[in-house]
Amino acid sequence: MADITTIAHDVLIIGSGLAGLRAAISAAAVDRKLTIAVISKVQVMRSHSVSAEGGTAAVLYEEEGDNQEAHIYDTIKGSDYLADQDVAELLVKSMPYEIYQLDHWGMPWSRRKDGRIAQRKFGGYSFPRATFAQDKVGFYEMQTLYDTCQKYDNIHFYNEWFCTSILHENNTFQGVTAIEMKTGNFTIFKGSAGIICAGGAGRIYSFSTYAFSSTPDGLDMAYRAGLALKDMEFVQFHPTGILPSGILITEGARGEGGYLINNKGERFMQKYAPGKLELAPRDVVSRSMIREIQEGNGFKHETDVDCLKLDLTHLRADRIKEALAGIREIGIKFSGTDIIHEPIEVRPVCHYMMGGIHTNIDGATEMAGLWAAGEAACNSTHGANRLGANSTSECIVWGKITGELAARYATRKKVDSINRKQVLEEEKRIYDGLFRGRGAVNPYEVRKQLTDMMDEKAYVFRNEQELTSALEKVRELKGAMWKHVEDKAKEYNTNFINVMETDSMLRTAEIVLVGALNRRESRGAHARTDYPYRDDANFLKHTLAYFTGNGGPKMTWYPVAFTRYAPVERKY
Amino acid sequence: MTEQLIEEIETMEKKREKEKHQGEKEYPKSSVTLKIYRANRRAGESPHYDRIEVPVQRWTTVLDALLYAKAYKDQSIGIRYSCRMASCGSCGMKINGIPRLACYTKVSELQGREITVEPLSNFPHIRDLVTDFSQFFAHHHNVEPYIQNDNADMPEKSKLTEFIQTPEDVDKYLQFSYCIKCGLCYSACPTVATDTQFPGPQALSQAYRYFIDSRDTAPKERLDLVDNRHGIWRCHFAGSCSAVCPKGVDPALGIQLLRGHLLGYSKNEKKVAELKERQKKDD
Repeated sequence: MADITTIAHDVLIIGSGLAGLRAAISAAAVDRKLTIAVISKVQVMRSHSVSAEGGTAAVLYEEEGDNQEAHIYDTIKGSDYLADQDVAELLVKSMPYEIYQLDHWGMPWSRRKDGRIAQRKFGGYSFPRATFAQDKVGFYEMQTLYDTCQKYDNIHFYNEWFCTSILHENNTFQGVTAIEMKTGNFTIFKGSAGIICAGGAGRIYSFSTYAFSSTPDGLDMAYRAGLALKDMEFVQFHPTGILPSGILITEGARGEGGYLINNKGERFMQKYAPGKLELAPRDVVSRSMIREIQEGNGFKHETDVDCLKLDLTHLRADRIKEALAGIREIGIKFSGTDIIHEPIEVRPVCHYMMGGIHTNIDGATEMAGLWAAGEAACNSTHGANRLGANSTSECIVWGKITGELAARYATRKKVDSINRKQVLEEEKRIYDGLFRGRGAVNPYEVRKQLTDMMDEKAYVFRNEQELTSALEKVRELKGAMWKHVEDKAKEYNTNFINVMETDSMLRTAEIVLVGALNRRESRGAHARTDYPYRDDANFLKHTLAYFTGNGGPKMTWYPVAFTRYAPVERKY
Repeated sequence: MTEQLIEEIETMEKKREKEKHQGEKEYPKSSVTLKIYRANRRAGESPHYDRIEVPVQRWTTVLDALLYAKAYKDQSIGIRYSCRMASCGSCGMKINGIPRLACYTKVSELQGREITVEPLSNFPHIRDLVTDFSQFFAHHHNVEPYIQNDNADMPEKSKLTEFIQTPEDVDKYLQFSYCIKCGLCYSACPTVATDTQFPGPQALSQAYRYFIDSRDTAPKERLDLVDNRHGIWRCHFAGSCSAVCPKGVDPALGIQLLRGHLLGYSKNEKKVAELKERQKKDD
């Protein structure tokens, strides 16, 4: 213990996507004397926020007919009434400032002819309010924030440090433990305040738009520290992932006028959502696609996977080159299809976790001194289904809010000690339990089996039988047979990292499945064939999951905040 | 649009034609051998190559092949990766001697049945395919890559307005803002190879990106930052940076335009417009 290095900062930010970088700037600006650490398992500008494509929602043009109340309503309706309505309101009201602030920091927003910021249509909205920069919105936002961070000499980047646990005492945050990948050194980070911005868990599915690195280490770290994970059964399947990689084709492609066709050449969304067609919310479109496939109207990809096609061939080639250049590049490179000339094969793909670390409206967790923001958090902006372009918004808004709150907290309260017992326990857990484990099964095979099974049994439509068998399989995989690391080197040991990731994936998948089994209704992205209707009498409430050690999660419920709209049937 | 991509479109179109006429599909290689550079000097492992055979299909990328090898053949391969869609810039490495992104290079587009993968040049080595980017990031930091303008930080309660920029204003810097900091240009640059204090093509093109942005009000200071002994004049316009850029950023053009401003030329904007026009025609 004596030889474990301790690094101290005032605010520790875990994760470096949009939420993390926005939080860093916001915290650094509170007081230049505070030191802010951004700790990331990747090099900080490489977080998966760079792959967000289509837009960031905000009401900018009230004089042209948009208004904030409509954005709030669209978000709540999109959520199937599981959003906390005061939280949705805060998102909407905070966003316009953030769009202009990004502009002032150098964001290359696409422009209208008059030089003002352009917006386009997106699914589930009553007005074109997805603010965009070509079809590389997340990428440009990340670069803008990363570059703006360079202004602050009190922001310290820790590239490629893998956090393993939260240190705390008396329910108060003290820091984290982490491994420096370059050297393999196990290190203590001491900090008065912390913000978890470690992103979603979408790699628990094989067919996924997420980066290979988007595993639930951040969620799991909070869960193991006793914090609740909320609404984890709500997994968003985006309608248009390409085959076989799962790389995303932005909803902006439909916003620009693209449509979905079946094997008869029909624009089948006319049957399912006549009012909104392809621009219905993602859960609605994904379910329609799977029904279409089940009715025998799908195509077969050459890998023998069922799919449908997204047709953009009727759009002008120069418009595609201008507004969807990135998508065209992706189609050519990863699918062998030039969207200018032919429809591209697509299938619903795991894209976003509505759930995450349970926080209040300010992003505060149940632990003093610890906040969460972005996809890792569940402040219940999105309820049971998120609208496109609302996630980059969420990251930016709560990045800013939590950064400021954490910094103010850190000026008032200084952590003076570290829970040494926890450090030793954590060292034992990862080195004795995993690194020096004696498993015989290939951990990469375990990971593959888990993610393939989630694709099969916890996809767009779910039922009790499949979820139960999936849960049995996860519990079987959780056994010790795979716990070992073949690579014994200290330096840049990604084998070790991968095994720790897999460990967190198994626990997280279990929570998704238990939550899905408990929720005997269909709401938003969670559709049960055995309970096909929404059941407000019994399930108009959030799911909370708490860690209990090696058994399954302890589940409870949590009320939804209603401030504006009573739930009604959701039709598009 | 990069040359590589244009080539790919052509190949695809040819293939489509061929299939139309002959009704046949091209059969892909079913396996390739990866010749992987291995070294971990800190742990006393000296450089050598391992050969690992992996199965491949039509869409397999070099990254897919490497991760398969890591999962099922040798779990100790040191490799950096993340998004697998050429957005994050993690997996730069030399593939058959040329700096490329592993996720953006398909096995089927490479010649032969053996693929050599090595760490990027001009970066300090860490392990196997992984290199240290600290100095590269420091060069980027040193060109002050952010908007300098008294109004850059918006007061909370201020009237919300944007800086007006026409689509043409945006076009001046847009191409250069698509840099993903993957380091391929830095690895290919012959000047960086001989002078580590030279900022390199990535940082210099970012200096130009902010210099030409109409929202920035510190152009003179920006020029001073690169106008020195190890600075922009060390570039001898080999152009290899632009040749390897996976995103079509063209750092060499950025460097030339920035030099133009240092020398007091003012016709650069016209030049960019012309180049853009030509590129549109090529597309």
